[in-house]
Amino acid sequence: MTPDPVFAMPRGVRMRWDDVRKTHVLLGPERALMLDDIGHAVLAEVDGISTASGIAARLSEKFEAPVDVILPDVVQFLDGLRVKRLLEVRS
Amino acid sequence: MNQPLPPRRIPAPAPIAMLAELTHRCPLACAYCSNPLQLLDARRELDTQTWARVFREAAALGVLQIHLSGGEPAARRDLEQLTAAAAQAGLYTNLITSGIGLTRARLEALVEAGLDHVQLSLQGVTAAIADHVGGYKGGFDRKMALAAEIDDLGIPLTLNAVMHRTNIGDLPATIDMALKLNARRIEVACVQFQGWALKNRSALQPTRAQVEEAKRVVEDAAIRLDGHLVIDFVPPDYYADYPKACMGGWGSTGLNVAPDGRVLPCHAAEIIPHLRFPNVQDTGLAEIWRDSEAFNAFRGTDWLPDACRSCSRVTRDFGGCRCQAMALAGDPFAMDPVCRHSPDRAKVDALLSEETSGDWTYRRMGKTSGP
Repeated sequence: MTPDPVFAMPRGVRMRWDDVRKTHVLLGPERALMLDDIGHAVLAEVDGISTASGIAARLSEKFEAPVDVILPDVVQFLDGLRVKRLLEVRS
Repeated sequence: MNQPLPPRRIPAPAPIAMLAELTHRCPLACAYCSNPLQLLDARRELDTQTWARVFREAAALGVLQIHLSGGEPAARRDLEQLTAAAAQAGLYTNLITSGIGLTRARLEALVEAGLDHVQLSLQGVTAAIADHVGGYKGGFDRKMALAAEIDDLGIPLTLNAVMHRTNIGDLPATIDMALKLNARRIEVACVQFQGWALKNRSALQPTRAQVEEAKRVVEDAAIRLDGHLVIDFVPPDYYADYPKACMGGWGSTGLNVAPDGRVLPCHAAEIIPHLRFPNVQDTGLAEIWRDSEAFNAFRGTDWLPDACRSCSRVTRDFGGCRCQAMALAGDPFAMDPVCRHSPDRAKVDALLSEETSGDWTYRRMGKTSGP
């Protein structure tokens, strides 16, 4: 993986609000993940342009938390989705 | 006919996925088809408007993903309209197809209608094997041509490779095929012995050595292809010590609508004679899910034998597969006979030690005699 990857949501993967379960869900091929607020906040920043550190910086401001604490969690979360092919990394 | 079941109503979460068997018609004749032995002809199929209503009811109930399946769903001329109706209902739409009956023009129309993903079946990695397994000459070449169109249109693709004694040795080539076709995901699904597959078990059953080798190949590939290809492996449970968690628990995550509108907790459930299946033509989907006898029959674990209820695995496998208990033990309330603690385990072992057969009966309409 590149040191500061740019994550993107590929075709066939989307996030939406589930009004029955009152939660955000990430839908992909044979996958439906219920997202907690943090998962949703991170994925909402995935735009195919921002680097992971850019996303962490924005979240750091939004949640008033130190960026060096947030960044490893953000990368770990997003990379876990990449392994499941629910996200891709743009170079 | 068996005694009716005592009334039960067990609370359940909303279902996540719905399998819509749009038709039983199919040009292929795979001997392991998951459709029931009693196939329905076109006259019994729900019409476009009824399916569209069912999709809306499913979405309102909490279903997130719809699997448009069959038979071969492309045998429905209104597949594009049905896909549009599912997408408009807000469902993630997955088309489960052999590819036969689809063209580039139809694929483009399906994408336009909102199709999210295609799951393409693979019967074998060469025309000789695939056409023999599917019982359809020329099927492999047409499938490969369609796979190229799917790739060209950028439609997310899963390859669904059903494995059995005849083709499980080709697993490495099958995984290579998934990479060649730019699939994101491959399902390596060893035949589960229900319906047609149970009828043809002696011709389909892989050997223990084949299964061990397949597990090794999958483990290897999963590491090598991490992040490139998702591999989901469904091992054959006859060689396992414990049963699979069928459907993630009866009536807990998914439902299945047959071509004529009957709603089943799983596609094989028709073999359980104790159950009556409600129909979307006269009952709402939410009511069927919440209140019907069929969906409540095996919800929870209180109905299981004592040995299951006191077992630490019960929250993982829920006593296993009800249809398998019916098929092998003759009792849908019994422990899944695959379990090493089952008094019926010897029946599974006896099947495994039976002589194998080189012949299978192709799945065809009209050939409906039981196993």
